[in-house]
Amino acid sequence: MEAFLASLVSVAFHGTALGMILYVISVGLSVTMGLMGFANLAHGVFAMAGGYILTTAISRFGMPFPLALALAFVLVAAGSVILERLLYSRLYAASDLEQVLFTIGLIFIAVAVARFIYGTLQQPVFLPDYLKGQFPLLGRDFPTYRVFIIVFSAATVGLLWFGVERTRWGAMVRAAVDNRAMAQSVGINTKRLFTLTFALGSGLAGLGGGLGAEIIAIQPTYPLENLVYFLVVVSVGGLGSLRGPFVAALLIGIADTACKYWLPQYGAFPIYVATIGVLLWRPAGLFGRHA
Amino acid sequence: MSAHSGGYSADPRVRPIEWLPWILALAGFFLLPEYLSLGARILIYILYALSLDLILGYAGIITLGHSAYFGLGAYVAGILAAKAGITDPMVQLVAAAAAGALLGLATGAIILRTKALTLLMLTLAITSVCLEIANKATNLTGGADGLSGVVVAPVLGMFRFDIFGRTAYLYCLVVLLAGWWLVRRMIYSPFGTSLTGVRENSLRMHAIGAPVYWRLVLVYALSATIAGIAGGLLTQTSQFVGLNVLSFESAGELLVMLILGGVGRIYGAFVGPVVYLIAQDLFAKQFPEYWGFGIGVMLVLVVMFARGGVLGILDVLLARLRRKS
Repeated sequence: MEAFLASLVSVAFHGTALGMILYVISVGLSVTMGLMGFANLAHGVFAMAGGYILTTAISRFGMPFPLALALAFVLVAAGSVILERLLYSRLYAASDLEQVLFTIGLIFIAVAVARFIYGTLQQPVFLPDYLKGQFPLLGRDFPTYRVFIIVFSAATVGLLWFGVERTRWGAMVRAAVDNRAMAQSVGINTKRLFTLTFALGSGLAGLGGGLGAEIIAIQPTYPLENLVYFLVVVSVGGLGSLRGPFVAALLIGIADTACKYWLPQYGAFPIYVATIGVLLWRPAGLFGRHA
Repeated sequence: MSAHSGGYSADPRVRPIEWLPWILALAGFFLLPEYLSLGARILIYILYALSLDLILGYAGIITLGHSAYFGLGAYVAGILAAKAGITDPMVQLVAAAAAGALLGLATGAIILRTKALTLLMLTLAITSVCLEIANKATNLTGGADGLSGVVVAPVLGMFRFDIFGRTAYLYCLVVLLAGWWLVRRMIYSPFGTSLTGVRENSLRMHAIGAPVYWRLVLVYALSATIAGIAGGLLTQTSQFVGLNVLSFESAGELLVMLILGGVGRIYGAFVGPVVYLIAQDLFAKQFPEYWGFGIGVMLVLVVMFARGGVLGILDVLLARLRRKS
């Protein structure tokens, strides 16, 4: 019984850490798809870029961890603005198929570039001493870095939600998600809003990729292998919503960890089946508005 | 839409130019005997791309998971040959087709109730489930090692699969001809026209009383059947099944081929695989790290500048020539 309880706590803990990472990475995708109606399958590329930036900054340039994390956010956000202005913005009015093909093309390019620069090996993550070791909590020991992931992500999510719910910028984003034409007609510069929101979402993906580099291995096929996970989070959670993907990410993080722990012989099978079930039951996702 | 897109109102007779692919295919058989195994692979992928064109180009169903049916066909043929000792190629092919049809019908009936992102996600999830099953059911599929020991008896008891790939090539060509005839018939029928209607405006199709959902399920199942046959052919000609037939990369590759050729015009599915697979044969082995990069750049360029693919570019050039003369 005690052993079972211990494994239960462990699964819940590691699952929450994975779920938090999944959310920080995917929330931007939910907003891009909900706000701009853009099927951006290449979202994982931004997360991978964040991961490579963090690991390179630490291992090659000896940068302290917090600075490397900030760099991952800033560089990815800046890079995404260039991409958005140069390429994405031309395809806002294009069909779903064209957006899907374009972003698959971006994935192929990113995978090839990553392989060319870094090779196929997984990037090691060098953590600072204060994030290594165990963290005692309620009579149990937890890996310090996972505790840090949960706390830091929770703070980021809190900040994001505050921004969207309480600030003027957030009100504009919500208005544009609800009714783009109307938002534009009352004088909101939706074009600039799109660019900023896209940059924020991509930056968060970069942050999540860097933060989670130890959980979701950074290697060239990252955007392909994890695409399903990011899409599951967004589609199960519901497009354009902030809370839906949060619940979905936690559910998936915990379910995935539980499956790997108790039912390793089935692999990711239960997750996919559950996803299919949820989407058939509620095609717009758990918290999505019915289209 | 261009004049080549077919439709009920179009003249259904085979135009002379439509014989060109078959003449070229036969010429290839006699003139390039050392490339017949690559040729057979190209023919298989043409059939596979044709099945995708049917649902993507004509019915407008965007899928990232068409490899599920291709892979299922490949595995069914492979398991029959390697585990059940059924070596007759016709029986294997029929079984692969039936498996594709059943899975297509079952999954299509479920997922086609949804639209857009949810539909995309469901196609991806179904393929992932299939991949996961094939990966874990090692005693049937060989798992990550792949399924080897595929034995295929001579076609119709007369034509043995030879090492030069002569039988394989002609066999694939005949199956492709049948598939092409079926797809072409369908596209030029009222059924095909109703599919185009659904793609262009499904609300109006509902309004005029067309059974939109059932039309989509039917065409999806037909497309899955053809994909299953293509998968079966791949197993028979390569005598091996690997997990990659079910992967997302395989579905992505197929999309690239079709887009490269041109969507929604039958012959795009012929041009794309030829260009793609020959380029892959030439470059992918020498420069694997640039291959993926090239594919990605090409996809982006096609979407940005040449939405009709190779045939679309040809259309534009021909139109310009005509205007000048």
